[in-house]
Amino acid sequence: MSVSKEEVKYIARLSKLYLTEEELEKNTHDLSSIIDFANELSSICVDNVKPTAHILDIQNVFRKDEVEPSYEREKILQNAPTKDAGCITVPKVVE
Amino acid sequence: MELYRFTLTEIAKKIKNKEVTIHEVLDSVFSRIEEVEPQIAAYITLMRKEAYERADYLQKKLDQGEDIGVLGGVPIAIKDNICTSGVKTTCASRMLENFVPVYDATVIKNLEEAGAIFIGKTNMDEFAMGSSTESSYMKKTKNPWDLEKVPGGSSGGSAAAIASDMAFAALGSDTGGSIRQPASYCSVVGLKPTYGLVSRFGLIAFASSLDQIGPFAKTVEDTALMLNVIAGHDKKDTTSAPIEKKDYTKALQNTVKGLTIGIPTEFVKEGIHEDVKQAYDQAIETFKDLGATIKEIQLDYIKYSLATYYIIATAEASSNLGRYDGIRYGHRASDFKDIDDLYCKSRSEGFGAEVKRRIMLGTYVLSAGYYDAYYKRAQQVRTLIIENFKKAFETCDVILMPTAPKTAFRFGEKTENPLEMYLEDIYTVPVNIAGLPAISIPGGFDHEGMPIGIQLIGNAFGEETLLQIAYTFEQNTNYHERKPNKI
Repeated sequence: MSVSKEEVKYIARLSKLYLTEEELEKNTHDLSSIIDFANELSSICVDNVKPTAHILDIQNVFRKDEVEPSYEREKILQNAPTKDAGCITVPKVVE
Repeated sequence: MELYRFTLTEIAKKIKNKEVTIHEVLDSVFSRIEEVEPQIAAYITLMRKEAYERADYLQKKLDQGEDIGVLGGVPIAIKDNICTSGVKTTCASRMLENFVPVYDATVIKNLEEAGAIFIGKTNMDEFAMGSSTESSYMKKTKNPWDLEKVPGGSSGGSAAAIASDMAFAALGSDTGGSIRQPASYCSVVGLKPTYGLVSRFGLIAFASSLDQIGPFAKTVEDTALMLNVIAGHDKKDTTSAPIEKKDYTKALQNTVKGLTIGIPTEFVKEGIHEDVKQAYDQAIETFKDLGATIKEIQLDYIKYSLATYYIIATAEASSNLGRYDGIRYGHRASDFKDIDDLYCKSRSEGFGAEVKRRIMLGTYVLSAGYYDAYYKRAQQVRTLIIENFKKAFETCDVILMPTAPKTAFRFGEKTENPLEMYLEDIYTVPVNIAGLPAISIPGGFDHEGMPIGIQLIGNAFGEETLLQIAYTFEQNTNYHERKPNKI
């Protein structure tokens, strides 16, 4: 296995995902086989090759900083799982 | 002939000439939906009420002698990852099961201005991650040509809807083949435009440097008409190309004389089904007979496209999907200990297996210690692939390839082995890596009668040449006329 169970646990933590023991097994296997496949890139000489950052020749797209009407608060709040007094409520994050 | 059978161009003309009312067209399409949708399951949400209201509005305008646009009154389906104001947009995910956008995607606005009527949101792989539409949280869409088989993906609902005449055209999105591969599996036309030609504003992001919205239609002509409407610069998308609007229908000329078609023989050799290879060879012969020059081309790095794709796409996905935290919108777990538990539980419950796998793969290739070996290297190989294509286009006008190595497969056949599923995209991902336009058109049938698509790849912003060649092929073959007989 090119990716260990411990590594998958670590990645899951970074990804903010909980995995069941079964999911951990399956993902360790799947990620390993995909990474093995992706390792074929290591044989290519990429010395002095610039990485592609943007496919189009566009840089720094600016616009005027003008005040425009935004979306309605009430409509946006309709998608919030919980709300109160025009705000989205969240669990306490600071003690 | 039933109205739903007509092409977009034909039905738009009939409406304009008042041979039929928009109401009659909608009646026909919705009765078709009632008839076949229980078997096909192409739609997540149907917009019957909205559609009829809009039909009344447009008909009134038309009756008053007003111009209602090039798509005036034509029923169109939209993939469920494109935001429609006030209409649920789920990405076929539990995460967004109840998400109602407060704004329209730019393409939706464009279609609306052209007089289109939206009739529903189509099924897809969850967050557009998949090649069979099986990873949808909502339902399984069946291939109209064989109900035991997948329609392809990720835009499987849109492709199946067009193939079974449940809409006149549809929008999909293509990150690694998600328009072209289902178009191929279902025998319809599917176009992935050049990166930047069509605004992505309002498209729920999967991999932002690869994603592109494009049309599905019954014919190349209809596809050109759809592109006319959705293409164009948008200040709301910073990756939108600042180029003038064009009339792509002008490119529809029935000739390929003087044009050179590149054939990457080396690449189209292994892992391809015999019947697909035969259809491909037949297409080359057809183009030869029509007077095109066929030229063998060398694309040395193209075979690394798939590995490059799965690194770049998952890296971008892991970042894009970080926004789903259960706070502002989307699924939130019902009980949790603290904020971190809320994040983890909401995401673990909200995402399906394939989405989780890709988020983790992307997180892995971006993580400390692996970034240079995977992500940076993939971006460098991307440069090599782009240069490969650039060089090829110095000697040819388009490149001809199959769309997929095989025809549609059975449900469950590839769900256990993700890598095998990824291999379905081998001929489509190079196009996204290089940001090029490509079209899949009906190009034959295998020995079981399942559709085979052939793919034409154009140079950047070379949609006109692409459409001309596709149109010529279509006008001189009859694959597109065959309809599924299972429904």
